[in-house]
Amino acid sequence: MANSTGEVILSVDNLVKHFPITQGILFKKKIGAVQAVDGVSFELHRGETLGIVGESGCGKSTLAKLLMRLEHPTAGRAVLNGRDIFKLSGGELRRLRRNVQMVMQDPYTSLNPRKTVGDIIGEPFEIHTEVAPRGDRQRRVQELLELVGLNPEHINRYPHQFSGGQRQRIGIARALALKPEIIVCDEPVSALDVSIQAQVVNLLEKLQDELKLSYIFIAHDLSVVRHISDRVGVMYLGKIVEIGTEEEIYERPTHPYTQALLSAVPVPDPDARAHRDVIRLEGDVPSPANPPSGCRFRTRCWKAQEKCALEEPLLIRRAVEPHPSACHFAELKHVVA
Amino acid sequence: MQVETARPVGRHLLEVRDLFVEFHTRDGEAKVINGVSYHLDPGETLAVLGESGSGKSVTAQAIMGILDMPPARIPSGQILYNGEDLLAMPEEKRRAIRGSEISMIFQDALSALNPVFSVGWQISETLRVRTGMSKADALKRAAELMDLVKIPAAKARIKDYPHQFSGGMRQRVMIAMALAMDPKVLIADEPTTALDVTVQAQIMDLLADLRRDLNMGMILITHDLGVVADVADRIAVMYAGRIIEHADVHAIYKQPAHPYTEGLISSIPRLNSKGQELATIKGLPPNLMRLPSGCKYHPRCPYMQQPICTDVVPPALDLGGGRTSACHFAKEMLDGQLHR
Ligand SMILES: Nc1ncnc2c1ncn2[C@@H]1O[C@H](COP(=O)(O)OP(=O)(O)OP(=O)(O)O)[C@@H](O)[C@H]1O
Ligand SMILES: Nc1ncnc2c1ncn2[C@@H]1O[C@H](COP(=O)(O)OP(=O)(O)OP(=O)(O)O)[C@@H](O)[C@H]1O
Ligand code: SF4
Ligand code: SF4
Ligand SMILES: [Mg+2]
Ligand SMILES: [Mg+2]
Repeated sequence: MANSTGEVILSVDNLVKHFPITQGILFKKKIGAVQAVDGVSFELHRGETLGIVGESGCGKSTLAKLLMRLEHPTAGRAVLNGRDIFKLSGGELRRLRRNVQMVMQDPYTSLNPRKTVGDIIGEPFEIHTEVAPRGDRQRRVQELLELVGLNPEHINRYPHQFSGGQRQRIGIARALALKPEIIVCDEPVSALDVSIQAQVVNLLEKLQDELKLSYIFIAHDLSVVRHISDRVGVMYLGKIVEIGTEEEIYERPTHPYTQALLSAVPVPDPDARAHRDVIRLEGDVPSPANPPSGCRFRTRCWKAQEKCALEEPLLIRRAVEPHPSACHFAELKHVVA
Repeated sequence: MQVETARPVGRHLLEVRDLFVEFHTRDGEAKVINGVSYHLDPGETLAVLGESGSGKSVTAQAIMGILDMPPARIPSGQILYNGEDLLAMPEEKRRAIRGSEISMIFQDALSALNPVFSVGWQISETLRVRTGMSKADALKRAAELMDLVKIPAAKARIKDYPHQFSGGMRQRVMIAMALAMDPKVLIADEPTTALDVTVQAQIMDLLADLRRDLNMGMILITHDLGVVADVADRIAVMYAGRIIEHADVHAIYKQPAHPYTEGLISSIPRLNSKGQELATIKGLPPNLMRLPSGCKYHPRCPYMQQPICTDVVPPALDLGGGRTSACHFAKEMLDGQLHR
């Protein structure tokens, strides 16, 4: 943990979010539930970046929305600075909203096209008037623009006058406006070209050092996640299946899903083609409305045995490695080329 | 173009020669394609790489003949298929070639399927329209094609609707449709960008197998340098509507011969680039309404030298072995003698 001080700032405990599936128009009958997030626990330290990776639909964005209190959990707690965020209301909830901010995936649609950049970045000040008194706002917005590497003179421009990477900077400036401690980044660079992506990743790292921010960095690009993260959690069908330091996850993964995921990352080196040992997973991710019994990965796992269908593997330390892995048969396998 | 003199081997399966495309817009002419040349032979994979807006898809649309004209216009250029210019041949002949021998998987494939018709029906309709096959034969062939792209229990799933398929499965269906006519050329425009890595690996494998088994030439359009390194034989790098570097895949990753390629390759986070600041390309992609003079990359190029880079459009320099680079200092760069 390069940047972190070790102090736990956010502690997530057994978080669950099930979306009900209903039938009928007048009398809605619950016929099942999408188990989008199902028992997720982790800790986030001050100044640290926790990466969250996993395939589409595994619950990453739902987790982010829960932490932003945009969704209410079915069960579980998330303790921030000693208080469960799901029990907050009124002034305390407003303070939470200040403290945890989010950067969205799509820089093209997440900004209101009819507002100027100044209005967009300054908007949080309207709600949280205590942070910047009215007369001070223009100056604060210009400071923020400068902080994220945009020209402060462009304060009156509209989003369409900026490129994708610049728009993502605007989103970051807005997230920083209220001086949060935690920023949840949901696929912040996925829509950007590599050259622009690198600029935004560098910016996030610079801001973290300067402002001692903690990030939850959600992405499906494993190379970007490794680059920016101190620790990484791997999600599959609503559960974290393996969590550890960046080095533990990438160099010493013990869960078959992590191993498959890492082995499938295309390596930008054509000479490595011949030596790569890609683990080919069969089939698709099962529906989160009807996950397999026992281990949720067992329908695609080449090591699955009877025990895997009967007993759910817990996310605990396994004999082979000190970091937690939710596999009955956890074992080391080096997969990164 | 230089590419040609470097390859005296006669004609290619497909060859784009010095193609120009403009779009008429309210604000003026957008010069989108500015002299693209590339070629493709049977059984090989050419990757076309470049950032968003560089013209990768528009070039493909020109090959497929699906550009809306107007607003698009092709002021000059040739698209040779087995040596014959698609842009010059009679409409009927052109349509026959484009309908069967050149096929494309579209960038937004996942939304391209019609939600109200079954998947099998959609594939078989393609066949019926193009070949006049009977309904029963077309359905049978549709099942075969779904099998070919490894959709499990294809026969049983032929009546399923698109929403009953996952993203990866729908992409397979799109590939099946593109293969319906046994094409000689398959253009795959970002075939896996919307998919997860594990599914992406499955689809790329599938495309590689099909290309080999059917001896197709494949043009793979992408901005993912990892995917390219995995599957391509040759790479054409596009910038501002022109191929600025063209080389064998191994050569280009070892030593780029164009500053833009170098910038692209060095800005990828690698699994082992921990703790370092990522290299970036400064500045912004060019404004196609007002392209820079001289080398289109000069406002962003760390090696730019006045006045040659600002005044003179660099020709595609032949570097031998089928390699070209449109940089005045390509040779110096290749020899590692270009310094910032
Ligand atoms: N409001 C909702 N109602 C019902 N189901 C939902 C809702 N929001 C999300 N889901 C489902 O919950 C699951 C998890 O979705 P989520 O958006 O969290 O995935 P994700 O990991 O962010 O995926 P992606 O990588 O595609 O963004 C999916 O199956 C999704 O369809
Ligand atoms: N109908 C049109 N009218 C005007 N401009 C157009 C039109 N279609 C495409 N363009 C412009 O042509 C340029 C090249 O577009 P193209 O779709 O080929 O880019 P690309 O390289 O495929 O990018 P991406 O990676 O984002 O798919 C873009 O700047 C685009 O805005
Ligand atoms: S518990 Fe069994 S099915 Fe699950 S990952 Fe481990 S070996 Fe595979
Ligand atoms: S011609 Fe000049 S500006 Fe263009 S890429 Fe080469 S060095 Fe850079
Ligand atoms: Mg998401
Ligand atoms: Mg495109």
